Amino acid sequence: MEVKTEKPKSDTTGVLKRIAGPVVTAVGIDAHMYDVVKVGNEELMGEVIKIQGENIIIQVYEDTSGIRPGEPVINTGLSLAVELGPGLLTSIYDGIQRPLSVLVDKMGDFIQRGVSAPGLDHAKKWEFKPLVKEGASVGPGSIIGEVQETNIVHRIMVPPNVKGGVVKSIKAGSFTVDEVVCTLDNGVQISLMQKWPVRVPRPVNEKMNPTVPLITGQRILDGLFPIAKGGTAAIPGPFGSGKTVTQQQLAKWSDAEIVVYIGCGERGNEMTEVLTEFPELEDPKSGKPLMERTVLIANTSNMPVAAREASVYTGITIAEYFRDMGYDVSLMADSTSRWAEAMREISSRLEEMPGEEGYPAYLAARLSEFYERAGRVMTLSGSMGSVSVIGAVSPPGGDFSEPVTQNTLRIVKVFWALDAKLSQRRHFPAINWLNSYSLYLDSLHDWYDKEVSPEWNTIRSWAMEILQKEAELQEIVQLVGSDALPEAEQITIEVARMIREIFLQQNAYDAVDTFCDMKKQYDMMKAIRQYSDLAYAAQSAGVTPQQIISVKSKNDLPQIKFIKDYKPSLDKIQAEMDAEFNALRSAA
Amino acid sequence: MKEYRTITQIAGPLVFVEKTEPVGYGELVNIVLFDGSTKRGQVLDTSDELVVVQVFETTAGIGKDSGIRFTGETIKMPVGRDMLGRILSGGGKPIDGGPEIVPEKRLDITGAAINPYARGSPNDFIQTGISTIDGTNTLVRGQKLPIFSGAGLPHNQIALQIARQSKVPGSKEAFAVVFAAMGITKEEANYFMQDFERTGALERAVVFLNLADDPAVERIITPRLALTTAEYLAFDLGMHVLVILTDMTNYCEALRQIGAAREEVPGRRGYPGYMYTDLAGIYERAGIVKGKKGSITQFPILTMPGDDITHPIPDLTGYITEGQIVVSRELHRKGIYPPINVLPSLSRLMNLGIGTGHTREDHKKVSDQMYAAYAEGNDLRGLVAIVGKDALSERDRMFLEFADIFENRFVRQGYNEDRTIEDTLNLGWNLLATLPVEQLVRIDRDLINKYHPKFTKAGKAEG
Ligand SMILES: Nc1ncnc2c1ncn2[C@@H]1O[C@H](COP(=O)(O)OP(=O)(O)O)[C@@H](O)[C@H]1O
Ligand SMILES: Nc1ncnc2c1ncn2[C@@H]1O[C@H](COP(=O)(O)OP(=O)(O)O)[C@@H](O)[C@H]1O
Ligand SMILES: [Mg+2]
Ligand SMILES: [Mg+2]
Repeated sequence: MEVKTEKPKSDTTGVLKRIAGPVVTAVGIDAHMYDVVKVGNEELMGEVIKIQGENIIIQVYEDTSGIRPGEPVINTGLSLAVELGPGLLTSIYDGIQRPLSVLVDKMGDFIQRGVSAPGLDHAKKWEFKPLVKEGASVGPGSIIGEVQETNIVHRIMVPPNVKGGVVKSIKAGSFTVDEVVCTLDNGVQISLMQKWPVRVPRPVNEKMNPTVPLITGQRILDGLFPIAKGGTAAIPGPFGSGKTVTQQQLAKWSDAEIVVYIGCGERGNEMTEVLTEFPELEDPKSGKPLMERTVLIANTSNMPVAAREASVYTGITIAEYFRDMGYDVSLMADSTSRWAEAMREISSRLEEMPGEEGYPAYLAARLSEFYERAGRVMTLSGSMGSVSVIGAVSPPGGDFSEPVTQNTLRIVKVFWALDAKLSQRRHFPAINWLNSYSLYLDSLHDWYDKEVSPEWNTIRSWAMEILQKEAELQEIVQLVGSDALPEAEQITIEVARMIREIFLQQNAYDAVDTFCDMKKQYDMMKAIRQYSDLAYAAQSAGVTPQQIISVKSKNDLPQIKFIKDYKPSLDKIQAEMDAEFNALRSAA
Repeated sequence: MKEYRTITQIAGPLVFVEKTEPVGYGELVNIVLFDGSTKRGQVLDTSDELVVVQVFETTAGIGKDSGIRFTGETIKMPVGRDMLGRILSGGGKPIDGGPEIVPEKRLDITGAAINPYARGSPNDFIQTGISTIDGTNTLVRGQKLPIFSGAGLPHNQIALQIARQSKVPGSKEAFAVVFAAMGITKEEANYFMQDFERTGALERAVVFLNLADDPAVERIITPRLALTTAEYLAFDLGMHVLVILTDMTNYCEALRQIGAAREEVPGRRGYPGYMYTDLAGIYERAGIVKGKKGSITQFPILTMPGDDITHPIPDLTGYITEGQIVVSRELHRKGIYPPINVLPSLSRLMNLGIGTGHTREDHKKVSDQMYAAYAEGNDLRGLVAIVGKDALSERDRMFLEFADIFENRFVRQGYNEDRTIEDTLNLGWNLLATLPVEQLVRIDRDLINKYHPKFTKAGKAEG
C-alpha cells in the first residue's frame, strides 16, 4: 500500500455534530477510513473509524471534555503513521508515538491535551555512514548506510513503498532525520527517517520457519516450553499471577537484539519501574545498558482509550522496522486484553452489533492480524530478521474460556498458562507445567541437540513425564495419604518435587537466579536426573524411601540457583550424592 | 447564562434536553426546579439535536418545567488549605456547620493522568505495625492497595488500624488523610469519625460523606472530589496523603445503574464494559511525581459480593491496583484478628520497599518461605480431613502444624498492637525454626546462618 503524503485539496474541513466520550461524529468532510483528523478548536488528534452516509465517525486520541458540536474538524488526509529513524531506541512513547519526555517538557507532569509532538527529534544530528556508492542500484528495503544510534547500529533503508533505482548521490556526514542523504536517478530522495502507516504490515521478501529459540534465561520457558525467534506466545493469567513480571523478565533477559515493550492499558508505576530499572541493567550479551536496545510504549489504563487501541499497532510497526534491518526483535504487549477492551469500548459507542461478551465480531480477526505480523523473515534486502510477539492476556475472573484468551490460543504457538494456585503459594514463575505447551519443540529439536547437548531433548521429556506422573499420583495421595504409595512412587513424588522446587521455581528478584543460561539449566536438570537414577537403583537394591529421601547432599541442590559460579559446588554435591548412595547400597 | 425548558425525557438519572445551543461534552449542568432549588449534572452526550445529562442527585422533582443551565465548564472543585479538618458531603458541600471553603484553586475533578515519564518510583517502606502487611505484603508510599473484604468482616477496623499506626520509620514529614465514604451506613461513618476524633487524626483529615441514604449517582463524583483534594494536598502542598475510599462496591453499583439507564450493552454481570477504564481513572490517581514532595497512597475498601474474588468489582480492581489485602471469613470465624488471608493477598510494590536500606536483607526470602510453608500446610488440612493425621508423613505433619502456628502467632495480633518490622521478621524466623532447616529451600544458606534462631547467639542461648 502507498503511504499518502499529500494532503487532498478539497473539503478538508467540516464540523462536529455529536460528541459522546472518545467517539465523535463530524459532517461536511470527505474522508477515507483511517484518515487522521484534527478535532475541535484545540485540534485534538483523531482517526476516522466509520463512514455512514454524510456522518464521519472519529475516535479521538485525547480527552474530549468541553468539545462542542459546531467546532471544526480538519482532515489531514494522512493515515495514522509512525516516524521511523534514529532516535527510536531508549524512547518512551504514548500510544500514538508522542514521546512522553517531550510531553513532560511541553505540558508538565500531568497529561494535558491538544499538544502534538513528533516521534523523533527533528533537530538532532546523526552521523551517517553510507554503505553503498554512487551508481549502485538499490531497491525498496535496501540498506544504503548506517547510523550508530546507541550501541546498536541503525541501518538506513530505502523505504519499502518507493521505487528502486540507481544511486545518483549519497553523502556521509552529520544530518537531521529530515535532511536528504541519498538521491536516486528516478528522483527518489531518501532521508534518515521514513514514515509508515501503523495498521499496514511492512512488506518482507519471504516468511521462513523459525528454528532458533528465543533464549530467555527463564528455566521453565527455555527448558520446557520454548518460544522460537519469530514465534508467538500468550501468557494468560488472573491478576497477580505474574504476567507483567514474566514480560519484564523477557524484556530484560531474552537474547533479542531489539526489544519493544508495550504497556497497553496497564499501570503507570510499572512503566516507571521499567524506566528506572532498565538503564541500570546490563544486557548479558553486550554488557551495555538494556535501555539502549529498548523502545517503550506506555498508554496506561487511565490514558485515552482510543490511543490504547492504537498502541499495539505503533509498537508492532516499530518492531517490524528494526526487523527489516535484519535484527531479531521481541515485542511484549501487556496486556492484549486491554487492547481488546479498547476495541469493545469504541465498538459499543459505535452501536455495533456486539459479539461474545460485548466484544466486536471482528475481535478474532484483529487478534490474528496482529499476531500474523510476527515471524522470522527474509527481509527485502535479503537478510534474516525476526519479530517474536509475546502477548499477556488478562481474562476476567481468571477464566480462560473467555473470548480474548480463546481467540488468542487459536493463533499463538506457545501457551504459558499462569495459575493463581501456584502464585498464591509463591511458586514463581507461576506457569502451570501441565497445561502449558510449545508447538515449536519439533522445529527447535535440532538446535537444542547441537547447542545444548545431544541429551537435552531426552532429559526434557523425562522431566515432563515425571511431572505428569506426579499429577496422577497426587490424586491418589489426596485419597489415601502419601505414606500409602508404593516405594518407587514415593521416589517419583520426591523427584517431581525437586524438579518443581529446584528447576521450575525461579526468583526474578534474586540477583543470580533472575537469569539462568542454557548450560546451567542443563547442569541443574542433569543433577536432578542423577539423583533420580541413583534413587531408583538404590530402591531396587533394598534401600528404603525414607533413607533415599533423607540423602543429605541433595539438600544443597536448591542453593545452586543462587550461586553465580555454581559449577564447583554442583560438582561437589554430585560427588557426595554418588558417595552417599554407594554407602546406602552397601549397607542395604 | 441561558436557561432552557426543553426537557423531553427523564429516565433514571438521565435527563434529555432538546434544541440547545452547542453544549460541551462533560459540561457541568445546573437544573433549576420549580421551587428555585438546583441540582447538578453532567453532559454525557451532546449533539445538535439532543443533549443527555446525567444528574448527580435524585431526579425527584425534575420535570418538563425544570430549567436547564449549561455552565460552559467541566466540573471543578474549589480546594484550599483550610479543607483540613472539614467534613463535606459526597458532593463536596460542607456539612459540619462550618464556613464555605475558601478556594485557593479550582481544579477539574476528573484529574489528568500522571505522565508515566514524570512518575517517581515508590520505595519508602510504610510500617503499618500489622505483620501480615509489613512482613508479607509490604505497603510503600504512593501505592494503591485495596482491602478486599466481605459483608460483616472487620475491614473498617483494619483500615483504621492502618491509618492510625502507619509511619515511615525515621520520617517526620507532613501527612494527611482523605476519607471518602460512598454509600456506607451512618453507623459505619460514625465509627470512622469517632476514631479520627479520638486520635486527633481529624485535624489532618478531609472527610467526604455520601451515606447509604444519599443519592446513589452522587457516588460517581465523591471519589473524584476526594482525589482532587488529595492531589492538591500532595502535589501543591507537599503532603503525604493517605486516601481511604469505602465502599468501592457501592461506587460500581452506581456506575452500573447509569449504564442501565443509558441502555448500554452491558459487560460482565451487567456492569458497563468501560468499568475497567473508569476504575483506572480513580485508582491510577495514586503515586509519586518526580521532583514533588508529596505522595498519594490509596486504600480503597470493597466488599466482594458473595465473597467472590472473581466478581467483576474485585476482579477489575485487582487488575488495576498494586496488589490486594484479602480479608477472610474463615479466619474471622476462627476468631483471628486481623483475619487477613495472606495467600491470595499481594503487594506488588513490596520488592521496591524491602531489603537492605529499606527493611532488612532477609525480608524477601523470609516472606517467600513463610508463604510456601503456609500454603503447603493449608493444603494438607484438606487431606487430613479425608485420610486423618496418621496417614501423613512426618514432613507433612510439620507443615500442617506450621499452618496453625502461623495463623495463631503471625496473623493474629491485637487491634492496638503495633509491631515493628524487626519484631515481625524475627517472629517469622521463630516460626520457620519449627521446620527442619533443610526444608527452608527458599532461603540462601548465608541468611540462614545469620538469622535462623538455631544459629544466632540469642537463639542458641534460649535453646
Ligand atoms: N518470576 C517471579 N519471581 C518472583 N516473583 C514473582 C515472579 N513472577 C511474579 N512474581 C510476584 O507476583 C506479583 C504479581 O506479578 P505480576 O507480574 O505483576 O502479575 P500480573 O501482571 O499477572 O497481575 C509480583 O509483584 C511478584 O511479587
Ligand atoms: N501441574 C500442576 N499445576 C498446578 N498446580 C499443581 C500441579 N501439580 C501440583 N500442583 C499443586 O501443588 C500441590 C502439590 O504440591 P506440594 O507437594 O504441596 O507442593 P510443595 O511441596 O512445593 O509446596 C497440589 O495440591 C496442587 O495444588
Ligand atoms: Mg500485570
Ligand atoms: Mg506436599
